[in-house]
Amino acid sequence: MGRAWVLGDGVSTDAVMPGRFNLTTDPKTLAHACLCEARPDFAAGVQPGDVIIAGRNFGCGSSREHAPVSIRETGVVAVVAASFARIFARNAVNIGLPVIRCPAAAAAIVDGDSVEVDLRTGTVISGGRRFDGEAPSQLAVRIADAGGLVELIHDSGWAALEESRA
Amino acid sequence: MGTLVEEIIGNRLGRSVSAGDTVVAPVDCAFAHDVTAPLAIEAFERMEMPLHDPQRVVLVFDHVMPAATVAAAELHQRIRRFAADHQVRNLFAEGICHIIMVERGYARPGGIVVGADSHSTTYGGLGCFSTGMGSTDVGVILATGRTWFRVPQTLRVEVTGELRAPLTAKDVALHVLGSIGGDGADYMAVEWGGETVARMTLDQRLTLANMAADMGGKTGLCEVDETTLEGTTPIDGVPIPQPRSPRYADTLHVDVTHLQPQIAMPPAADNVHDIADVAGTPIDEVYIGSCTNGRLEDMEVIARYLSGHTVHPNTRTVVVPASRRIYTEALRRGWIETIVEAGALVMNPGCGPCLGRQHGVVAAGERVVSTSNRNYPGRMGSPHAEIYLTSPAVAAATAVAGCITDPRSAR
Repeated sequence: MGRAWVLGDGVSTDAVMPGRFNLTTDPKTLAHACLCEARPDFAAGVQPGDVIIAGRNFGCGSSREHAPVSIRETGVVAVVAASFARIFARNAVNIGLPVIRCPAAAAAIVDGDSVEVDLRTGTVISGGRRFDGEAPSQLAVRIADAGGLVELIHDSGWAALEESRA
Repeated sequence: MGTLVEEIIGNRLGRSVSAGDTVVAPVDCAFAHDVTAPLAIEAFERMEMPLHDPQRVVLVFDHVMPAATVAAAELHQRIRRFAADHQVRNLFAEGICHIIMVERGYARPGGIVVGADSHSTTYGGLGCFSTGMGSTDVGVILATGRTWFRVPQTLRVEVTGELRAPLTAKDVALHVLGSIGGDGADYMAVEWGGETVARMTLDQRLTLANMAADMGGKTGLCEVDETTLEGTTPIDGVPIPQPRSPRYADTLHVDVTHLQPQIAMPPAADNVHDIADVAGTPIDEVYIGSCTNGRLEDMEVIARYLSGHTVHPNTRTVVVPASRRIYTEALRRGWIETIVEAGALVMNPGCGPCLGRQHGVVAAGERVVSTSNRNYPGRMGSPHAEIYLTSPAVAAATAVAGCITDPRSAR
């Protein structure tokens, strides 16, 4: 159970991690700057177990992986959004940040609500309400189970993915 | 049988593929730049494998080049060390990654290219399947030479009508982006076609493909024709890709006969208007350059508008040729002299002020006209600056007038 941090539509990776702050690969430094302009109270207030709830096209724009890395490092357990930009969603799965597409939850949950997510089924629970999000693809599950894309391909090679379907 | 993207991937795999298939495919060339390479190198090192093929790796210093801070210098140092340790010789500090990939022939018709930068869609303009990914994906490619793709559905954009100067591909791209929205082509290939695209130069087509990224597209593609083949060399051993009885998920028809110069207003690139809606708005900074519009044709346009004029005293104007080749050719033709004499600041080839780290960072309350592709709050500096996206003709006319100006009314 965590707190919902609710953001709007079209949150870009520039908003998650402005270009002036990503000249480092250190996750802790990145986490301190996460959403620093779009949501200035986030980095200081976020607790492990919290959930980001957002609108359409979350993570649009730049491919900078610093954005999902910074969110993961804050301890946020998942990003729930009405929809995700392609590169962000792929990056998030690759580095072990779960993303759940769930327009109903995105529309209903209010900032500060308590939220719980089931990463296997994509179910989002908040204040006694239950929202059926999209379950992760078979591919995303395999990457998550391995601990990330690097770990999956390192341990199993591409054969692991050639058998699966997205 | 298939769309252009299905044909390219199918040709490379030696079997037919359809939208929705997940495939593991060889990558002809992968690149990263000074911001994304360090994370890609870290992912590669965790793979505990040798580099798959140093010749298929390109590293470009463009986002903060030369280094503007100690942090940037340290990132550059790590990349150079990695290149030396792994015999990567394709190391460039002479322009924007997306221009280098085309100029140096790393992106070729029929090929598959992955870049750790979202605008890697650009080379689709010459019939290459190219897409942006994150650093981890590129790190894994460095080790294995391969990656996985879901073969995308295709949005065909059929462009007809005469595009009258000073309108360019940028106006067409902005118009389509405004019509379908910033997620209008999410996960899709945007296939640009029709008589208007067939008449465009390769540079113009690269601009169209570039901005497919801003529609959410996985790639942007133009058909390969004589214009393409004059400026490129196709990948050996595979047929030149063409759509064959394609099945498109959707088709958008655009007639550009009466198109007005387009402008994207804050807060996002899909907030597109006719220029008349905002003409006269005072502007503090003009930036002309980027992977969308820093090419030789663009330098010619700027020189033409600035010739015999001085940039407005309230409007600092930053011009960044996108590569050393473009810069030297524009010098030879006298365009740079014209631009400098008009009072514009010409920076070294690279990303310039596009992403707010160098060469013209903006303050709260300032307004910018930029020929790049992104205007999110905070993109070029303060989140309280406003960024307007336009063609080079609009930007140059604006630089002279000091306010947003329809280039058709200039001079």
